[in-house]
Amino acid sequence: MRTLEHLPIPGRLRRRIERQWLIGRAIKRRHALTLLTDRTRQIASRDILAFVTQRNERVRLPYFLDYYRKLGIRHFLFVDNNSDDGSTEYLCEQPDVSLWWTKAGYKQSRFGMDWLGWLLFRYGHGHWCLTVDPDEFLVYPHCDDRPLTALTDWLEDSGRRSYPAMLLDMYPRGALDETVYREGQNPFEIACWFDPANYSIRKNKYLGNLWIQGGPRTRTFFSYDPKSGPALNKIPLVNWNRRYAYYSSTHMLLPRSLNWVYDEDGGEMASGCLLHAKFLSTFAEKSAEELDRGQHYANSQEYRAYHAGLQEGAHLWCSESREYHDWRQLEDLGLISSGNWP
Amino acid sequence: MIDEVRLGVVLLCHANLPMAARMARIWADGGARVVIHIDAKVPAATADKMKRELSDLPGILYSRRIRCNWGRFSLIEATQHAASQLLEAYPDCTHVYLASGSCLPLRPIADLSAFLAAHPGRDFIESVDTNEVGWVIGGLNEERFTLYFPIDWRKYRKLFDRCVAIQRRLRIRRKLPRGLTPHLGSQWWCLTARTLRAILDDPRRDEYDRFFRRTWIPDESYFQTLARRHSSGIESRSLTFARFDHRGRPYQAYDDHLQVLEEANCFVARKIWPGAARLLEHFPRPADATPDPAPPQPANIERLIARTLSRRILGRPGLYMQSRFPRKDAENGKTSAPYAVFQGMTDIFPDFENWLRDHMPGDVHGHLLGPEMVEFAGRPEIGPGALSSSAVVRDYDPQRFLTALIRVTERMQVFQFSPRDNQELNWFMATDPNAYLFVVTGAWNLPLLDMDMPFDDVRRITAMLQRTEMEQLQVLNSVWVKARVQLWEFNDFIARPQAILDKVLSQIDPDANPVTELPPMRDMTGLPEHLQRLRNSGLHPHLTGDQPITKASHILARNNI
Repeated sequence: MRTLEHLPIPGRLRRRIERQWLIGRAIKRRHALTLLTDRTRQIASRDILAFVTQRNERVRLPYFLDYYRKLGIRHFLFVDNNSDDGSTEYLCEQPDVSLWWTKAGYKQSRFGMDWLGWLLFRYGHGHWCLTVDPDEFLVYPHCDDRPLTALTDWLEDSGRRSYPAMLLDMYPRGALDETVYREGQNPFEIACWFDPANYSIRKNKYLGNLWIQGGPRTRTFFSYDPKSGPALNKIPLVNWNRRYAYYSSTHMLLPRSLNWVYDEDGGEMASGCLLHAKFLSTFAEKSAEELDRGQHYANSQEYRAYHAGLQEGAHLWCSESREYHDWRQLEDLGLISSGNWP
Repeated sequence: MIDEVRLGVVLLCHANLPMAARMARIWADGGARVVIHIDAKVPAATADKMKRELSDLPGILYSRRIRCNWGRFSLIEATQHAASQLLEAYPDCTHVYLASGSCLPLRPIADLSAFLAAHPGRDFIESVDTNEVGWVIGGLNEERFTLYFPIDWRKYRKLFDRCVAIQRRLRIRRKLPRGLTPHLGSQWWCLTARTLRAILDDPRRDEYDRFFRRTWIPDESYFQTLARRHSSGIESRSLTFARFDHRGRPYQAYDDHLQVLEEANCFVARKIWPGAARLLEHFPRPADATPDPAPPQPANIERLIARTLSRRILGRPGLYMQSRFPRKDAENGKTSAPYAVFQGMTDIFPDFENWLRDHMPGDVHGHLLGPEMVEFAGRPEIGPGALSSSAVVRDYDPQRFLTALIRVTERMQVFQFSPRDNQELNWFMATDPNAYLFVVTGAWNLPLLDMDMPFDDVRRITAMLQRTEMEQLQVLNSVWVKARVQLWEFNDFIARPQAILDKVLSQIDPDANPVTELPPMRDMTGLPEHLQRLRNSGLHPHLTGDQPITKASHILARNNI
């Protein structure tokens, strides 16, 4: 697909071809998925669905499921990438989870997006769909008072089909492995610090999305090459249609009108945050494992850098880090905005 | 003088009938006569269910069901039928309130009756003259009356817009019925039975109806216009609290608005999110022994809505984020607070940064855009907002760097600048009204004086820096400059540095103490000779000032340098 960029095809046509190719690819790869538990009959017409890929996240799952159940997710569609820590069995027991299993390569499946692409195509049509990782927790304005349905109802009334939520890396105050994360615990009791204002933004003309980088990872591991730092822009919540396709992870979508989640005339549109609870005690072992597997973006460059950094005892906290309180704080800092939702 | 108020309510229900049934019960329990219109689009089974639910309230009437299309006359037709039925069935009604099935009464109905009794003979209907004031947000104003609208906006938006555009081009204007002045206003009103009867029984009603049949969104103009003909006392405000966003969509109330809604003391609110269980449980407030006729006080909630609207339309100045990324020159504030940039000072006074820190409030940084590192005050590795001091990271997106720094810090940001630094923000700062730029041109020559370098290298660097500064001056002298820029040539500045610095500091901070002592200056011996040598080598250093070299050295001598 990358070769298309060099051909003299008009952008519009090219995007169309790419979108159809992505959807076709997801449909074709559906055979890689083995259905373990099918509770999709429970899905009612206006339910909000969550789509998740996971691998060996057993410890994190209880809190993750709890968090999103409280927010108003009615059904979880999980793809389990060959876990061996009991998370498969755990998910099978959950009353609102449908589970697929695969041993195909994460990287070869466009970092899991082929699998989720198929599930979104098959089950997401006509629903508000939240596509997240088990370490991402959605926070939006008024999230302590209003369930997710209030947000999706309002988005729908306002004629919007997608909702952006930037990835906000959270980290503990000391070394990552200082406090051990216990199952069921709120990860943000440990990792409650974040970088308030060191994000870079540029616009991607081809897909119309913003490309946000920065945060603690760029500051610590990529300060010599900020361009390679991880992308933080995400659009996880979409009123799905089977003609849509995630282009690269959940960073952007096709058709590109779904990526226009920002105002260019000075106003603020509504947006939320995905609190990223990646940097917990579980991270050190995970980074070693992932490094061996080599299944992550850009040759696991990120993991390589973390691993090297963490070996040296580096930690992410700095004196300018802020302690997380609630969404109001994020809004005051300008990381999220309630836009037109009073 | 009306002694007693007997309230009648016309309830228009389109969707969410369970909620509408609940509202009907509230009205009926409060002693109001209720006529319900159920949109003909609602399936019969659902409508029957609602009727069954309300069957214990015998006084409730149901009017003829009409298919209502948004923005069309069918809504008026439904209202007319329901209102006529109400007035016929309950001739003792003194007031008729038009509400929707999702309008939630916040105060006891008795309060509303008491309020109406306190204002006898008044018609509460928002009614704004279209010729004079633009009442409409995000839509057509008087053209609602003068154009034809054959196309459904909800279904065919583009076609609708094109149709309007064509009529504008062809200068098509419909004629208004004689004697009508078009008025617009909120579609929710409370009219006295007398006025409503006069409107419904008007001998020219057919003519008006024919006209409004082709008007756009007549529910916001039909009664508003006709009430002006028939009413003897119009109170141009709606008793239903409803506000619209910039696209004309109504704001909804959620559970967390409970406090502010209660303070607003409004009679009826539109519209409530159906899932707001706490609101629905809390309102309407139980009736007191004596009804309270106090008028609504929506100041707080108005403020909340105004703030929301301005955030949506204007945004917070100087903020760049995932959902606000203004294009160039549409920023509504490139930065969030004033900041000052000093150029050339550190070349003349090596310790200028520390000196300035003692002489003004604010965070005084070194060369924030410097080539080696970001020189935050105190030179920490991580600056305010967790900004990295790495020049590479900063140069990846310098504009976000500067705006984030200014936004995240509370005090004024002051930093040093020179042609050696990253020049990418020159246009940005020059066009930013928040920027104070104080520039001494040609000062960068000074550090080159005691460089231990071959003259050829010095000459090359001089040429480069001079070119950079000339380009910058082109920006600062352009007509687009919005910053407060002050330029001094090096010689001018050296002639009276104390007076200039004094003026500069008092500009930034009017309460600043007068400058009594200057920081130590860099040794300038040999500058005239150095400049002459550059001239002799074929380079023309013209940013230091035009004065002849002898005069410059004379000034230097006079300043004991």
